[in-house]
Amino acid sequence: MRVVEGVLDANDTIARANRDDFDAAGVTVVNLMGAPGAGKTALLERTLRELEGIRVGVLEGDVQGSLDADRLASLHVPVTQINTDPGFGGECHLDANMVRSAIPSVPLDELDLLVIENVGNLVCPAEFKVGEHHRVMISSVTEGEDKPVKYPLMFRACELVVVNKIDLLPHLDFDLEKFDYHLDGVHPGVARMRLSARTGEGVDTWREWLARTVAPESLRA
Amino acid sequence: MHELALAKSIAAIAEAHGRGGRVEKVEVKVGHLRQVSPSALAFGFELVVKGTDLEGAELAIEQVPVRIACRACGDETALVDLPLTCPACGSAKVDIAGGDELLVEAVELAGSPERV
Repeated sequence: MRVVEGVLDANDTIARANRDDFDAAGVTVVNLMGAPGAGKTALLERTLRELEGIRVGVLEGDVQGSLDADRLASLHVPVTQINTDPGFGGECHLDANMVRSAIPSVPLDELDLLVIENVGNLVCPAEFKVGEHHRVMISSVTEGEDKPVKYPLMFRACELVVVNKIDLLPHLDFDLEKFDYHLDGVHPGVARMRLSARTGEGVDTWREWLARTVAPESLRA
Repeated sequence: MHELALAKSIAAIAEAHGRGGRVEKVEVKVGHLRQVSPSALAFGFELVVKGTDLEGAELAIEQVPVRIACRACGDETALVDLPLTCPACGSAKVDIAGGDELLVEAVELAGSPERV
């Protein structure tokens, strides 16, 4: 019999339910993706405590353990850990259902912004919506300038590409222009910014971007 | 890498349509932009259907090449490789006209004389 059903329809339905919950609570949700070691946690460490007037929380996705959540806990923001490993052999991404199960542990009423730090991976997270309003990926210069062409799905799935670790550029052969050229080849004109989570260079732009995603204070519940 | 999770979703859809009957074949359509490896998807499907009504069912994978429609010159072309630019005029102002599908197209049940 003919079916014609999107393979991810079930996931997308749950993602919409998550999104409704976030909207009802007036919380903007950013899904932060990138390869292991790209600097997702480092960038959050650098920025979360300096978001003036914005109450931010983190939903931390990892296959195992709570190392990243422990790092972020020192910033005194609410951090909720999701482990995709049910005991042995965990998923390499967050899906809508995992986030759905975690929502009761997230203090949505106390937040304006929730950053979901996805599992480090350049393929799978791109396929699975989790109910976010914005999808951002971090690509670090140590990964090489050819990554957009190798992982087009991920680079196409996001609305903003953050290029991290630019403080290392003097030591690398990485060519920023070539990276932009490859990026435009898979996602023409996508927004991008360059920064170093380690030195703080360019981080203001990211902080401003985050602040802009949140509704103005006057409109918040 | 995401094939195992996709195989699970495909199996869930097929199982729902099979309503407890034996499923002989599941047809899926996968666009090249989805970065799905057909062999990994077939392997994942075999694993997730073990011991279910879908065990032994064939997973027929139709791969759909990327097609782009150029907004600058109006050309529509199939692409074999990135970048997503118009081969005719070089413009990057293109729309995806095909190749991003990820669909379960049909489920064939045992004993059903023909596809409905």
